[in-house]
Amino acid sequence: MNTHVEAIEQAVWNGLQEVTDPEIPCISVVEMGMIHRVEVEGGDVQIEVTPTFIGCPAVKIIERSIVERVSAIPGVKRAQVKFVFEPTWTSDRISETGREKLRQFGITPPPRRPQDDWEITCPFCGSADTTLDNLFGPAACRSIAYCRTCKNPFEALKPIF
Amino acid sequence: MTGLQKVVDAGQAMANPAYKAALVELLYLLADDDFILGYRGSEWLGLAPHIEEDVSFSSISQDMMGHAVAFFDMLEALGEGKADDLAQLRQPEAFRNAILVERANGSGTYLENPQFDWAYTVVRFYLYSLFKQVRLESLANSSYLPLTQLARKMMPELKYHLHHWSVWMKQLATSTEEARKRLVAALQQAWSDLGDLFDLGPKAEEIVGHGLIEGSELLAQRWQERAKKSLEAYRLPWLGKPQPPELNGRAGQHTEELQQAVATLSEVYRLDPAANW
Repeated sequence: MNTHVEAIEQAVWNGLQEVTDPEIPCISVVEMGMIHRVEVEGGDVQIEVTPTFIGCPAVKIIERSIVERVSAIPGVKRAQVKFVFEPTWTSDRISETGREKLRQFGITPPPRRPQDDWEITCPFCGSADTTLDNLFGPAACRSIAYCRTCKNPFEALKPIF
Repeated sequence: MTGLQKVVDAGQAMANPAYKAALVELLYLLADDDFILGYRGSEWLGLAPHIEEDVSFSSISQDMMGHAVAFFDMLEALGEGKADDLAQLRQPEAFRNAILVERANGSGTYLENPQFDWAYTVVRFYLYSLFKQVRLESLANSSYLPLTQLARKMMPELKYHLHHWSVWMKQLATSTEEARKRLVAALQQAWSDLGDLFDLGPKAEEIVGHGLIEGSELLAQRWQERAKKSLEAYRLPWLGKPQPPELNGRAGQHTEELQQAVATLSEVYRLDPAANW
């Protein structure tokens, strides 16, 4: 790989760090684990994205944001998003930084591993004394929970494995 | 289905006309089931028993619509036309969904005097989700690689749907006498429409022959084993092996209820295909 291509590829990854889910703007698509691969060929860049949920209405907006952001990189002539289901997005693709950012935003991250129990701790006070009020929430990926310690309702990302 | 060579993408499928013809037929059936039942689910918005259920049910309907879109997109990639057109501009007789998913939720419409039947809805979504699980498990080994990947992606989402409807089944079954009575009546109603759910339509032989999915007898048998076990656990009656249907949706035979559904869901698109919100 020549240095020019490497430089563009690095710039693309950096740019993708600024692209967020419109419904969870605290975390980038990279931290969310949605970027599978970046391929640079000349000035053409293809970004392979693995969606969290198949019917997530945010994916079209994310696609547009990615194309806009990557197209603005010097040396990039054409940016294209390809949605892939292989690899399948799973909860363990969220990075540690991503998990922390979700918590700060008020969303409890999912378990790290498929075999882990789904313990929902409050993102505000850290209490484990919570109830799952609705397995389904305002978006496909989230559930609604309630903290009995600090009396706050909050959301939790559904485990997907 | 082992031993058959994997078809990796639309281009490769299109190079083999017999394979493509079978694949397309299967995809319509898969797309239409989720599309029409997802639509029936969306008609409940604002009418569900309580607000939390409105949230859950809408989320499930949205997932199902998303699954339908993914199948329609696959058809588009195979040269069948625009996904939106496939969903909204086909005549009802071109639909391949099962009769069970097209039935109205009850009398009235969501706008006028909706006397929708919650027990029937719970039963119908539960029985369908149970079958969808059986079907996806088979599709996860399909000879068409994009379908294999999509099925695997759908399975964890479906798990939440199935869980939701199981909870309702159990709650209604262990609730008051009236709830139970209504649930049993709903089971009988749904049962009379089960005949074509497992069917793979006029091209069944080709679909199975090309390793796209396993045969309908096998799928039906697996569904029956699971349905029987869970209904027993809810202490609900087993109504026997589903009988062959009077109408076969997989062959394009449908009720007036589907005609109405298609007319309603495509109304805006027919008026203005570029309409957006």
